[in-house]
Amino acid sequence: MTTIKILKYSLSFFIYFLIQVFILKDLVLFGYAFCFLYVFFLLNLPHEVPTIPLLLIGFFLGLLIDLFYDSFGIHAASTVFLAFVRNTWIKVIMPTGGYDDNVPPTLLNTGIGWYIFYSLPLILIHHFIFFYIDSLGTQLYLPLVIRVLSSMVFTFLLGTIVQAIFYKKERVV
Amino acid sequence: MQQIFLFLYRLRAFILFLILELLALGIIFTHNSPQGAVYFNSSNKFTGRLLSSKNNFVSYFTLNSTNKALAEKNASLLNRLDRMTAITDSAHFNLDSSLSNNFNFWSARVINNSINLSQNYITLNKGSLDGVEEGMGVFNEQGIVGRVKGTSSHFSSVISLLHTDLLISSKIKKSEVFGSTKWDGVNSNEAKLLYVPRHVKVEPGQEIVTSGYNAVFPEGLPIGKVKEVSQGSETNYLDITISLGADFSKLNFVYLVKNDLREEIDSLEMEMVTPNQ
Repeated sequence: MTTIKILKYSLSFFIYFLIQVFILKDLVLFGYAFCFLYVFFLLNLPHEVPTIPLLLIGFFLGLLIDLFYDSFGIHAASTVFLAFVRNTWIKVIMPTGGYDDNVPPTLLNTGIGWYIFYSLPLILIHHFIFFYIDSLGTQLYLPLVIRVLSSMVFTFLLGTIVQAIFYKKERVV
Repeated sequence: MQQIFLFLYRLRAFILFLILELLALGIIFTHNSPQGAVYFNSSNKFTGRLLSSKNNFVSYFTLNSTNKALAEKNASLLNRLDRMTAITDSAHFNLDSSLSNNFNFWSARVINNSINLSQNYITLNKGSLDGVEEGMGVFNEQGIVGRVKGTSSHFSSVISLLHTDLLISSKIKKSEVFGSTKWDGVNSNEAKLLYVPRHVKVEPGQEIVTSGYNAVFPEGLPIGKVKEVSQGSETNYLDITISLGADFSKLNFVYLVKNDLREEIDSLEMEMVTPNQ
């Protein structure tokens, strides 16, 4: 990773974080559909980033977001899990021929088909852990399912729109 | 020995994962301790500052409705003041101390709020330096809002009424029947009134107010109105749904209340529960 890339990713870390806590926190559709756009920061990191830095970044990002959501570690628990399974999942769904180096797994680089297959299950797991821990102590299972599914769709849609507008396709070296 | 280290080294990612996950879960399940409460939420200095500057900006959009609510509150206070003012030709005597004023009030502004989770918290822009203490009640002119959970020097965090663990001692205004208001986690406009026996006649539209029994809120603050009454699945109690008076999606200015005699009441009640050895 070059210095420029590290700077670029640090900047996008803060942009994702600020947008999440200052804008998307107040944006909940129909009282059910949340948007946790910040998961795309973790999903779009280059796939050669090892699991250990990924875990630390995920924990730190989750904890920062927890501070503003007053959710005491729930975001941190779910992002750490997401960070842990991400690299394994990337290996599991590797296309024949493997991945190109220096090409991060973003929507424009990989194509919509592979990207759906890559991101939807990870978003689902993240959202399920988040809402499950949040709903502990209540017996509300139907709202839990509605929340998880509608938030997954909302997060994914906004994520694809953001990537289509703000991301560039990387040249394969 | 080397084998063991090699083995652990190969599992390093998984071990780090376990450590971080347990750390996060530890924060989640110990957040009830008052020491941890203040640092891991939005009432600490860093987040508090950021959130209050955000609120300074966003509150312009709700100025209209806030002004209206404050004007209404002013009007009702003026009305009450008018009634309280002693008429010059009336007799004057000192009231019994049990009727004396032992509640103190503060006002504060909401700088962070959530309504859609099962455990919602609110952050206020007043902290221990302004006299806010743990356990104080929070309400606005429409109804009860919550209870202070922890304070930092300039900010405090409040357990919202929209938190599935918070119980508010309440009563039906007309029939003086007691119950507990608790949010069921479904709708941010509705809550349940628990522990009202079946033989009590409850009708939709009746007002629910605080009972004044738990020494947090003064008696008679509005909570909401009865919306629906049914026999419920529990054998002894009615299933009562109330529509909450406070609009949690538009909270802006709130009042804090402190009962000066609360410690005395609490310690007296503790003595009754645990008699002297």
